[in-house]
Amino acid sequence: MSPTALPLLQQWVVVLAALLLFLSFVILAQTRLISAIHAFAWQGALIAGVTAVVAAAAHSPHLYFSAVLTLGLKALLIPWMLHRLTRRLELENQAETLRYPALVGMAAVALIIFSYWLVLPIVQAELNFTRNIVAISLAVVLIGLLMMVVRHQAVAQVLGFMSMENGLFLAAVSATAGMPLVVELGVAFDVLVAMILFGVFFFQIRASIDSLDVDQLNRLTEMTDASDGAEGEVG
Amino acid sequence: MSLLSITLLTPLLGALILALVRGLSRAGWFNLIFCAVTLGSAIWLAWTVANHGIVSTQLLGIAFRVDAFNVYLVVLTALVSLTTAIFSRPYMRYVRQTGRTDRRGLRIYHSMYQAFIFSMLLALTTDNLGVLWVAMEGATLATVLLVSLYRTPEAVEAAWKYFILCGVGIALALFGTVLTYFAAQQVIADPNAGLTWSVLYANAAALDPTVMRIAFVFLLVGYGTKVGLVPLHQWLPDAHSEGPTPMSAVLSGLLLNVALYAVVRLKMLVDGALLNTSSPHLAGYLLMGFGLLSFTVAGLFLHRQRDIKRMFSYSSIEHMGLMTFAFGLGGSLATFGALLHMLVHSLTKSAIFVTVGHAAHIAGSQSIDRIRGLIRTQPSVGWSLLIGVAAIAGFPPFGIFMSEFLLLTATMQTYPWLAIPLILGLVIACAGLFRHLHPMVYGHAPEGQQPVAANLFPVGVHLALVLWLGLMIPAFLAEWLQQVSALITGVQ
Repeated sequence: MSPTALPLLQQWVVVLAALLLFLSFVILAQTRLISAIHAFAWQGALIAGVTAVVAAAAHSPHLYFSAVLTLGLKALLIPWMLHRLTRRLELENQAETLRYPALVGMAAVALIIFSYWLVLPIVQAELNFTRNIVAISLAVVLIGLLMMVVRHQAVAQVLGFMSMENGLFLAAVSATAGMPLVVELGVAFDVLVAMILFGVFFFQIRASIDSLDVDQLNRLTEMTDASDGAEGEVG
Repeated sequence: MSLLSITLLTPLLGALILALVRGLSRAGWFNLIFCAVTLGSAIWLAWTVANHGIVSTQLLGIAFRVDAFNVYLVVLTALVSLTTAIFSRPYMRYVRQTGRTDRRGLRIYHSMYQAFIFSMLLALTTDNLGVLWVAMEGATLATVLLVSLYRTPEAVEAAWKYFILCGVGIALALFGTVLTYFAAQQVIADPNAGLTWSVLYANAAALDPTVMRIAFVFLLVGYGTKVGLVPLHQWLPDAHSEGPTPMSAVLSGLLLNVALYAVVRLKMLVDGALLNTSSPHLAGYLLMGFGLLSFTVAGLFLHRQRDIKRMFSYSSIEHMGLMTFAFGLGGSLATFGALLHMLVHSLTKSAIFVTVGHAAHIAGSQSIDRIRGLIRTQPSVGWSLLIGVAAIAGFPPFGIFMSEFLLLTATMQTYPWLAIPLILGLVIACAGLFRHLHPMVYGHAPEGQQPVAANLFPVGVHLALVLWLGLMIPAFLAEWLQQVSALITGVQ
């Protein structure tokens, strides 16, 4: 089915979702934290946009509310918190180079293909539009996951986590026209609390290993010869 | 106010009040009182359900539904959190004296203890799959600060791992929930009922099987991470061993159960949706596979542990694997066995962690190599540990023997070949436990090892219950579990 056959508002949703996926690549490849946080904020804004478009299409006041909620939480509050934490941790100028950028890019592309393959069975003709969106949101989720795997820096991992959540929001709003309001509020609350706790942990990690490179968190392993008194403390 | 709202609001109120209480001893008592009130109303709730059937209400727009299945877990959760609170009161005083945490840390501890109980009870009683997700994530959030309470590098690492891995897992579960909602929207007209489990269950046969199949894979991976299924278990031994001991007891004894409960509820839905397709038992096979893998791998890993709490965390993975396998097997006998196993495992495991807390206190170390001669130094602790481990390893006459025996019988009836890895796994795990246990309880006590003030009341209560369940399952409980397994399997 060609995209032009879709109603105008659905075309808008598809365009916004494509941009969102593009931003996922930007966040994945961006080595400077501040720029990655900005890209993440734009991702949040796009989701708010998608929600508003769906709200207009469905004439649903509850979705307008959740668009505002998404805008406030994902595009403003969480990026602001991350920004502030980055400045307080003095990480503005730190750049983390990816070891194999080309490979990571290819992996992300493979994940998109995988997502399309996975949702292929949902083939009923009238759900064609939905299939596109579900595939894109799954790809955003998986690319966020990939980011958490390839990045070793705690703040970057959290960005990956939050961009996974963005993919979930996209799925919820575009494939199902929004979850029930209670659930949406609950999820937003959990994400906010998680962000606050992540902030607490950045400081705890830095206090314990003097850096935010979580690769250095490697004391707990299954190695049997690791009895250098590290396990000696009572719990 | 309904009983259900008392059961739920007590721990919520507790979390808020305990965040403000300053004195340590007062906080300990408050914690205990809140748990006792929760247990009281939970038992009353169970009594209501037993006499009048399913309780379903709406609170703040959230649908709640208490049936035979979740009410028994509600009572179990309330009971274990009360006995752990009894243990935690003097234990946290000892922790405070050793200076491993400060006043603020203890305030967070008590408040989050209640918040954790609240989120588990919410996850158990809600009828809404979205709220179930929110509550499961809430349980992670409530406990993650407790795992890092001591602020040692190991504790911070364990907490970060726990946070990230469970966060990712649970995010995948949310994707599965969205897909379920998507499938429901094609069938159920009312958008607000699309995530209500009871409505979905009633319409399960009409749900799109292809969508539900994909959804279940995501849900299983997501909630399976929280159950601690191999290979998603990496966080569990760390989180359960680095946190304060009362936390280990409730994490191993309760949270794993709640996650498994979620998986079973979702399996019931998917089974309904896949009934008329070419692979009606897909969900069951997946559970059996993951369960058997976890069971075997954890049994082998038991042998390699050097930290006593890590060892018992692996034992938890092993038992969760066994239960997952049994729920996957289906059939009323296996389900009955799994339900009984959930009960006795929780009681035994939390008793063991309480004893381990005392043992580590005596030896001044959590390292298995340094815990020696417990029976000589303090017979009560040594014998409790010995009896607890005998119970968890599945020796008669304890309840775990009963449930494992039932599970083996059920396996032999349906897949006789699978009984071989099952028996082998049980033997390996038992050998692993006793290999480490023997020097710890017998062995020579190091010079100058002193007994400590031990509070073994919770251990006694739990082990007595497990013994009682092994000697005779009371008629009302047997009838109850039968009712639940009929509910889960759909066979009368």
